[in-house]
Amino acid sequence: MLSPLGNDVKSSWEGVRAGRSGIGNIERFDASGYNTRIGGAIKDLDLEPWLSTKEARKLDAFIHYGLIAAQQAVDDSGLDDYDALDKDRVGIAIGSGIGGLEYIEKNVLTMDKSGPRKVSPFFVPASVINMISGNAGIRFGYRGPNIAIVTACTTGTHNIGYAARTIAYGDADVMLAGGSEMATTRTGIAAFSAARALSTRNDEPEKASRPWDRERDGFVLSDGAGVVVLEDLEHARKRGATIYGEVVGFGMSDDAHHITAPPASGEGAARSMNNALRDAGMSPDEVDYINAHGTSTQVGDVAEVAAVKSVFGDHAEKLAMSSTKSMTGHLLGAAGAVEGIFSVLAIRDGLLPPTINLDNPDEGCDLDFVANKSRKSDVRVALSNSFGFGGTNGTLIFRRYED
Amino acid sequence: MSTVEERVKKIVCEQLGVKESEVQNSSSFVEDLGADSLDTVELVMALEEEFETEIPDEEAEKLASVQDAIDYIVAHT
Repeated sequence: MLSPLGNDVKSSWEGVRAGRSGIGNIERFDASGYNTRIGGAIKDLDLEPWLSTKEARKLDAFIHYGLIAAQQAVDDSGLDDYDALDKDRVGIAIGSGIGGLEYIEKNVLTMDKSGPRKVSPFFVPASVINMISGNAGIRFGYRGPNIAIVTACTTGTHNIGYAARTIAYGDADVMLAGGSEMATTRTGIAAFSAARALSTRNDEPEKASRPWDRERDGFVLSDGAGVVVLEDLEHARKRGATIYGEVVGFGMSDDAHHITAPPASGEGAARSMNNALRDAGMSPDEVDYINAHGTSTQVGDVAEVAAVKSVFGDHAEKLAMSSTKSMTGHLLGAAGAVEGIFSVLAIRDGLLPPTINLDNPDEGCDLDFVANKSRKSDVRVALSNSFGFGGTNGTLIFRRYED
Repeated sequence: MSTVEERVKKIVCEQLGVKESEVQNSSSFVEDLGADSLDTVELVMALEEEFETEIPDEEAEKLASVQDAIDYIVAHT
């Protein structure tokens, strides 16, 4: 994992536990003329230990981030030390919401200035979205299913859910799955800003992402990547893998409502959660923790609360629900993957991540949001939500692995 | 001022991600320096930029080695 909180899972999770914000001033370009001048950037990343000179020069940053997260995941899994690994049965599903925006910008500007002959021959392979999966396949020699699902902010969740089903369906024994994003570019910030989606709390970047708080004013755009190794249970047991948790449910739905806004009732989100619960064969009261989509927008935050109340009934008041985006900002296509990892770590460590900057909960926002400080609590089942532009929804349910 | 040879070799190193010590005049971009078809296209673009010239595609296809590139630049700039 790469996140604004740290360049691996350990440091990012430490940031979450401590309730730290990873948001700061945009430094990648001169943002002085922008309404929004803050974001969640990857900091102090040395590419050299991770990427070849060619990879570093000829691929967009979103592919760099995705490949580094994939390498970290493979290293941690010990897969490459398992001699009996059948690489025809290992697949990859790593997507992105936006893709190689920075590389696209650079080439369009060059073409405008110097003509079509100056467009790089690497333009397409450096910027299209399936090139994390493609490059990772080359890097690891994994020859199974290779795909990249693109569903805006639901990308990470959908890739993990789809990858789990690919294994369950029998198409692979192991899948690398997740998402990556580097969209805090000149165009990226301008575009989300024009859609009035971003916080403009420029003088207090660390307080800008504040889900469910009365003073919230939009989300904070962030960069990063999350990749997990999913594995058939018998396969994992056989090779003595560390099992962090089980993917037991996956649900999807569509709002069929509006291109960027959810319905106030949150009915699409509710349908997604219900589908995941049905897939898991679980009743709502088995869920201990929800890692919310919770982006810190006016409409989205309230709709998700309404959805949770409709799905969980009385149990909504007993479970805990927090938004780690209050600390990381919104990693778009990487969000679901990063938050899926946090959900599993909540189970592993018996720790509820906080929602920071929650000083005055807004009207109707009255669940246990684990305000401002993480809290010890036994977590057996965690549910993670992602909702994206286009009205696309995804929900994953993770359960503690019990031998 | 660097010579054409030095400037060509510097660009080859940057574009193909190889060390200076690996680059000989006789080195073939594809056989010796690991370039693929996309690398060679971008290499020619970088040479055009450095030497402020335009290398037509049919000429660019003939540039297979470091020496080929040096000879072309010397003859055309």
